[in-house]
Amino acid sequence: MNAFAPVKAPAVGCGDAPVLKQRGQREVFCGLTSIVWLHRKIQDAFFLVVGSRTCAHLLQSAAGVMIFAEPRFGTAILEEKDLAGLADANEELDREVARLLARRPDIRQLFLVGSCPSEVIKLDLSRAAERLTQAHAPQVRVLNFTGSGIETTFTQGEDECLASMVPVLPQTDAEQLLLVGALPDVVEDQLVGLIGQLGVPVVRALPSRSADVEVGIGPNTKFIVAQPFLGATTGALTGRGAHHLAAPFPFGEEGTTAWLRAVADAFNVSPEKFDEVTAAPRARALKAIAAASERLNGKSVFFFPDSQLEIPLARFLTRECGMSAIEIGAPYIHRDLVGPDLDLIAEGPVLSEGQDVDLQLDRCRAARPDLTVCGLGLANPLEAEGLATKWAIELVFTPIHGYEQAGDLAALFAKPLKRREGLAL
Amino acid sequence: MKLTVWTYEGPPHVGAMRVATAMKGLHYVLHAPQGDTYADLLFTMIERRDHRPPVSYTTFQARDLGSDTATLFKDSCQDAYDRFKPEAIIVGASCTAELIQDDPGGLSESMGLPVPVIPLELPSYQRKENFGASETFYEICRALTKPMERTPEITCNILGPTALGFRHRDDVVELSSILESLGVAVNVVAPLDSTPADIAQLGAAHFNVMLYPETCETACRWLEREYKQPFTKVVPIGVGATRDFIAEVKEIAGLADAAVDESRLRLPWYSRSVDSTYLTGKRVFIFGDGTHAMAAARIAKYEMGFEVVGMGCYNREFARPVRACAKELGLEALITDDYLEVESAIEALQPEMILGTQMERHIGKRLGIPCAVISAPVHVQDFPARFSPQVGWEGANVIFDTWVHPLVMGLEEHLLHMFREDFEFHDDAGASHHGSHTPAAQKRRSTEDAAPADLVIKDGVTWLADAEKELRKIPFFVRGKARRNTEKFAAEQGLQAISIETLYEAKAHYAR
Repeated sequence: MNAFAPVKAPAVGCGDAPVLKQRGQREVFCGLTSIVWLHRKIQDAFFLVVGSRTCAHLLQSAAGVMIFAEPRFGTAILEEKDLAGLADANEELDREVARLLARRPDIRQLFLVGSCPSEVIKLDLSRAAERLTQAHAPQVRVLNFTGSGIETTFTQGEDECLASMVPVLPQTDAEQLLLVGALPDVVEDQLVGLIGQLGVPVVRALPSRSADVEVGIGPNTKFIVAQPFLGATTGALTGRGAHHLAAPFPFGEEGTTAWLRAVADAFNVSPEKFDEVTAAPRARALKAIAAASERLNGKSVFFFPDSQLEIPLARFLTRECGMSAIEIGAPYIHRDLVGPDLDLIAEGPVLSEGQDVDLQLDRCRAARPDLTVCGLGLANPLEAEGLATKWAIELVFTPIHGYEQAGDLAALFAKPLKRREGLAL
Repeated sequence: MKLTVWTYEGPPHVGAMRVATAMKGLHYVLHAPQGDTYADLLFTMIERRDHRPPVSYTTFQARDLGSDTATLFKDSCQDAYDRFKPEAIIVGASCTAELIQDDPGGLSESMGLPVPVIPLELPSYQRKENFGASETFYEICRALTKPMERTPEITCNILGPTALGFRHRDDVVELSSILESLGVAVNVVAPLDSTPADIAQLGAAHFNVMLYPETCETACRWLEREYKQPFTKVVPIGVGATRDFIAEVKEIAGLADAAVDESRLRLPWYSRSVDSTYLTGKRVFIFGDGTHAMAAARIAKYEMGFEVVGMGCYNREFARPVRACAKELGLEALITDDYLEVESAIEALQPEMILGTQMERHIGKRLGIPCAVISAPVHVQDFPARFSPQVGWEGANVIFDTWVHPLVMGLEEHLLHMFREDFEFHDDAGASHHGSHTPAAQKRRSTEDAAPADLVIKDGVTWLADAEKELRKIPFFVRGKARRNTEKFAAEQGLQAISIETLYEAKAHYAR
């Protein structure tokens, strides 16, 4: 068998599989959590949540050990007088923003982030953003998006943030590829490098690392999405006339190759050129996955909904690491984005969207998977019941995309199993 | 509206969760959107609990707001009862649910559940975590206790310990052993590890121990009024406080003759022994919750021989006693929940050590000042595997070790002074008993490069290159103080520039 056999879909994939939808308690983060990585990625941005003490507490708890000297995020905490109408919340907001920008002259982009309380009291942050942009232009651009738990789940915060940036991108007619999704710089550089080697003339990234990097958009822009949760951003980009390249997500050797091939096809790269550019990293990725996935082979996995990465990762684990999926739970299933991955997953696993956590825990306990991928609130309780778990949040905070991280990705899943084998307690 | 970077306390419903999670057989139905479930991880990750907190979140979404969130609440309440069969239920709203005014208390009352349902009114936009815990515990006591006969033997309740508390687990063990040694049996510990049925038995005790006023003072006062149970006022953290506490217990329980066994107490001798001479007059800054900050101030001054140069607390409820305590030390207390204010206070005072919370630990890391943690808010490392209480005899021993550890030890301090720029024994290597030393060259680059920016002109005073170089020869653990004193001295003398002369003039001026 050729090591680089073309991607072969199963006879029956999960593309048309029924989806289990239950409504009950969810055990997920809200979109505000995205700020924890977005503020590291966009280095001249400040994220100001307009919300409650709960929002501030969430950010601090989710950020956990990742405490930086003075973080570029904060919460304007609504107080009783803001709610009672004694104080004009807009005036209060203007004052806090002015004070913040005075203290942090390095800030070039300010995001006003809506929360559950600000949405319930219908505080209009888009008007506030317009007003504040006028007040602080040209030094600072003010945008707004929602990270509220009544509208967004976890990574959807990033989706809302990127979507909020699309309308203000300048128009361009240049032929270019836009790489969409916040990736660790090292991964972004790798992928941009490979795409450049394929001969794609101009490659830009959204979000860019600073406001100084001009990213335009227009009818000659093709874009490829690196994260499966960017549905609203995809819609906004399409709305600006850009063309979406659908592909499986770049996890593992197979995913990365299929993802790059979608780019290559769109830019008429010859198959010879494609093989020439990808052969070496593909071989490295295969070797690394083979070594790291030894423990995963033949094991079963159960995904609780968390980041929307579940479907592409299930594709990786089932097709490249020899695992079988029992249930793949996702907070939302954007078929336009994860369709290609779903088609590649052989029929069998339960696909679930949304959550009733108690019922899902019942299913998980009954199935006793070899590995359960879940949030931090469930991990220790399930470990105490004897189930091996992988914290889903680590998948969002770790470089896992592309060829060079394929082995690391397999190793992340293998580690809990390795640890259990190694301990004699 | 108030801009907040880090918060010392969570919202009040997290306080209620600390009570609910501490207890067994109690369930909390919380009207809240999905994101609020983050709070579970505080307990499962930071405290490493092996069970999910007994909390059902209604997880309403935007689309529910127009329709019927009240039905959603009732369904969640019924589901929680059916699945978990608790002995009692507490119900309440988080910040967002408070705005939609569904009245969880009224809704659950109308359901006719066969167990007590206790409504909580926790104003999210006014109050915070400690209030939430205190109020929840008080409401639970009010709903579940009843008048009853006292136990024939002398017993007490230990009140206040919760989930996610700073060393609560171990404090209860230490305190119980001290009480037992005095001949006082423990009737109920609550809320930690108690059931609603246990709470119903509170009235059988002769008195209550108010272990943490932050979480149980309201309940203690109510129990005193309702069941004539006196309660202890001294929190036994530190040697002196433990002795005072024992005296108070003897008085309340009428045990004047009970023998007190101090054989496990090592702090007094450790503090008197000559190695501890170097602790004398160390300038410390104290910040935490009111109870722990006040306890730390007494220990720092009278039991460790430190000089307290600043103190304060983040919970305004304790502003009055903390101010009084600071005044006795000749200080003005810093009462704030603004992390940046605490940071600038520390920066201005340049203490040699911080006794604070996890927040101050980060401030200390940034400013290069050692820090020992004395109070919540907590972090995973505040739940050590070993027994490590704060109260009682063993608590005092633990505190001695914990506070001494971040400092450079006795003779080592002298050697660092003597050999200043020795190529191996230079101060950038840090204290020898601390791991993770960065290679000297690298560390020097990172710390020293950053320095000139602060140094060039400060309050109109310039450091001359020679003086700046000399300053760096001073060991790191006193360099901040030297810098500050010299600048202050220069400013007082009306000097524009600081020379080596000025540095040593200032040293002589501030000699003690």
